[in-house]
Amino acid sequence: MPTTAPNEPAPGLASFSEVTRDESALRRFLHGLPGVDQVGAEARAAGLGTRSIKTTAKEWALDLAIRMVDLTTLEGQDTPGKVRALAAKALRPDPADPSCPSVAAVCVYGDMVSEVKSVVGDAVNVAAVATAFPSGRAAMDIKLADTRDAVEAGADEIDMVIDRGAFLAGRYQQVFDEIVAVKAACSRPDGSHAHLKVIFETGELQTYDNVRRVSWLAMLAGADFIKTSTGKVQPAATLPVTLVMLEAVRDFREATGVQIGVKPAGGIRTAKDAIKYLVMVNEIAGEDWLTPDWFRFGASTLLNDLLMQRTKLTTGRYSGPDYFTLD
Amino acid sequence: MAFEYAPAPESRSIVDIKPSYGLFVDGEFTDGNGAAFKTINPATEETLAEIAEADEADVDAAVKAARRAFRSWSRMPGRERAKYLFRIARILQERSRELAVLESIDNGKPIKESRDVDVPTVAAHFFYHAGWADKLDHAGLGPDPQPLGVAGQVIPWNFPLLMLAWKVAPALACGNTVVLKPAETTPLTALLFAEICQQADLPPGVVNIVTGAGATGQALVSHPDVDKVAFTGSTDVGKAIARAVAGSDKKVTLELGGKAANIVFEDAALDQAVEGIVGGIFFNQGHVCCAGSRLLVQESVAEEVLHRLKRRMSTLRVGDPLDKNTDVGAINSAEQLARITELSGIGDAEGADRWSPDCELPASGFWFPPTLFTGVTQAHRIAREEIFGPVLSVLTFRTPSEAIEKANNTPYGLSAGVWTEKGSRILHMADRLRAGVVWANTFNKFDPTSPFGGYQESGYGREGGRQGLAAYLKGGQA
Repeated sequence: MPTTAPNEPAPGLASFSEVTRDESALRRFLHGLPGVDQVGAEARAAGLGTRSIKTTAKEWALDLAIRMVDLTTLEGQDTPGKVRALAAKALRPDPADPSCPSVAAVCVYGDMVSEVKSVVGDAVNVAAVATAFPSGRAAMDIKLADTRDAVEAGADEIDMVIDRGAFLAGRYQQVFDEIVAVKAACSRPDGSHAHLKVIFETGELQTYDNVRRVSWLAMLAGADFIKTSTGKVQPAATLPVTLVMLEAVRDFREATGVQIGVKPAGGIRTAKDAIKYLVMVNEIAGEDWLTPDWFRFGASTLLNDLLMQRTKLTTGRYSGPDYFTLD
Repeated sequence: MAFEYAPAPESRSIVDIKPSYGLFVDGEFTDGNGAAFKTINPATEETLAEIAEADEADVDAAVKAARRAFRSWSRMPGRERAKYLFRIARILQERSRELAVLESIDNGKPIKESRDVDVPTVAAHFFYHAGWADKLDHAGLGPDPQPLGVAGQVIPWNFPLLMLAWKVAPALACGNTVVLKPAETTPLTALLFAEICQQADLPPGVVNIVTGAGATGQALVSHPDVDKVAFTGSTDVGKAIARAVAGSDKKVTLELGGKAANIVFEDAALDQAVEGIVGGIFFNQGHVCCAGSRLLVQESVAEEVLHRLKRRMSTLRVGDPLDKNTDVGAINSAEQLARITELSGIGDAEGADRWSPDCELPASGFWFPPTLFTGVTQAHRIAREEIFGPVLSVLTFRTPSEAIEKANNTPYGLSAGVWTEKGSRILHMADRLRAGVVWANTFNKFDPTSPFGGYQESGYGREGGRQGLAAYLKGGQA
C-alpha cells in the first residue's frame, strides 16, 4: 500500500506538477496521451481471454481471485442484518473448507461501515462508497462530508465517484480538484489515510481515449486505486476497459515510480471471467499487480462461482449452489 | 508469486496419422513411382509419416484424370458445383479441430493460430467461393465466362491448408479441375483434404493431389496439358516457373516473397501499434510472405516504441505448438532455421544490434527466438532480403515522404502497414505505397473477399475476391 501522506506528491510526481498547474496545461497533457485504437484494444483483450488456465495455475488463480474480491452490497434496501451476513461471508467464504482465504474487503454504503467493522474487525478491510454515490451529483461540501463520515466510522477504503458531467464537459481541473479534496478528506487524525479508489463509470465515458485520460487525471490527483464502475450503469467493467486502465497504471509507474491499483467492478460473475482478468493483469501491467494490494474485483455473485470452481478442483466434482452460503 | 500457466496441450489423439500416404489421383489413393520421403514434426523432429513422391508419370496420370473430370465438371451448372463446395466447407468446419491439430503437428505453428485463424479462414474461402459458383455471370468479368481447364497448383509450407483453400476453392468454383502439389515438409493436411473430397463425394479427378519436392512441382507446372499455373512460394522458384511457362499459353499467377514496411507515425495509438508490430512479424514465426519485417518508426517516438515493443516481446511464449498458450511455435525445417540463422548472422556482421527476450527454447526441434535488430538502415541486407522468420529490422524515418520512399525502396511489394490516428494520412499513404495490400491500424488480416497479391518481385495476379476469380476464367484479367 502507498505510504505517502496525502497532499504530498511522491518524488516522481513532482515532474508532473507543471501539467496539473492549470486547466489548459491539464487539457494539453491529457489530450497529448497516445490514443487508444478501439479495434486493436478489443482484439488484444479478446486474445488474452483465450489463454488456457488449467490445473495448478487454475488453483492458484482461483485462490488469488477470492483474496481480491471486494464483496459488495450497495442497495437501498441494505439493512444491518444483511451487511452483517455479508461480512461473515467475507471472513469465511467457504465454511466447509477452512483453507479457503478471506476476501479483500467488504464494500458498503457509508452508514453501514460500523456494522461491518463490528463483524470483521481488522481481518478484512471495510470499503465505503462516498461522494454522493452512484451519481456523484451533489455539492462538494456534501461529498466531502460523506467521505469524512465514512472515514470516521472506520472505513479503510473510500470508493469515490467522479463527476462524469464535468469530465465530459471538459472541466478536467474541476475533476482533478475534487479528487484532491476527497483524498484530503480521507485523512485520519493519526496522519494515516483511508485508501482512495476513484470510480470513473466508464460506461458513461464511453470511449477508450476517455478512459485513458481519466485514468491519468485520477492518478495525477492522488488516487490510490482506479476503478471502472459503480455497478449501477451498463456496461460496467469490461476486459478492454480494464486493459486500458492497466496500461495506464503501468505507464504511470514507469513515469513516476508510483504504483496505482486497479479495480474492475460490476458484471464479473464467473470464475472463468475473473481468470481472464488475472491473465490480463499478468501480461499487461505485470506480476507486481497480482496481489489484493494492487488489484481487486468489485463483485457480489462472483464469489460463489469461485468457490464452486475451487471445490470442483479439490473434489473433482461439481456441487450445487446449495452447498455454498447465500451472501 | 508469478502466474505460471500450466501446460494446456491440445490432445493429438483426435488425429489419426497413417504410417504412409500415397498420391490422390482420380478420387483414389495410389502409390507414387518415386522414392518415399518422410515428413517430420518440426517441434520434435519425430517422423510423422512416409509420403509418396510423384514422378513425371504420376503427375501425367493426375493431369489426365483432371482433364477427364474437367469435361463434366466444367459443364455442370454452377449451382451444382456450389453444392459440392458448400459440402466441403461444412465438412472442414466439422473436422476443424482435427485439421488444426494436424496442421500444427506437421507445420510447427501454434495451435491457437491454426485453430483460430487458419482453419476458419479455410472454411470461409470455400463458403465464399461456393457463393460465386452460380453467379460468375455477374462478377463483372464479361458475359458467360468460361473456365480455363486444368490448373496446376503449387503451394508453400507456411500456411499449408490455407494456401490450398486459396487455390482450390476459386478454381473449382469457376469450373476448373486441379492438380495440387503441397510442400514436401507439410503434406499432411492436403492429404486429409483429399479424404474430405471423398467424404463430400466430389467427382473423381476434380481434385488431385501429388506430393513431392521441387522435381514434382516442375513436372506439374511444365506439363503440356496444364492450362493454368498458380504458385505461392519463394521468388527464386517463382522466377523459374515464369521461365518454364514462358512462350506457352498457360495462364500464370505468382504469389512470391515480400519485405513489408510497417510504418508507425508519432501520433499512432502506440499500444495497439506495438501489438500490430508483434502480430506483423511474429505471427506464424514470421513465416508469412506479407510479414511486416521492416519496422519504419518515426524518430520522435522510436525510443518509446522500442521500449514498449521489447516489453511486449518479453511476454511472448515460445514452445510446444500444441500448447494452447503458445504464441510462437517451431521453425518449419532445419533448412529454414539455417537460413534464418545465417541472415541474422549477417545482421550482426553488418553492425546492427540484435535483441531477443530471455526465453528458453526446447532442446529438440527447430527453434529461433523472437528477435529484433535496431540500428538497421536501407543498406543492410537484413533490411532488403526476406528472412522468413521471427526477425524484425527496425528503421526510422522523419517525415511521411521519407517513410514512403523507404517503404517503396524494395524489390518487393506485397503488403504494408500504416499506424496513425490521422485518417487523412492513412489515405495519403495508401495512395503512394506500392504494395498489394495496405493495412491501416492493423496487420495480417485476411478475408476471402479481399484480393491479395503483389508488385514487382512479389509476383503477379490476385487471389481472393472478384479479382481472384478472373485468374481462373477465360478473358478475365488476372
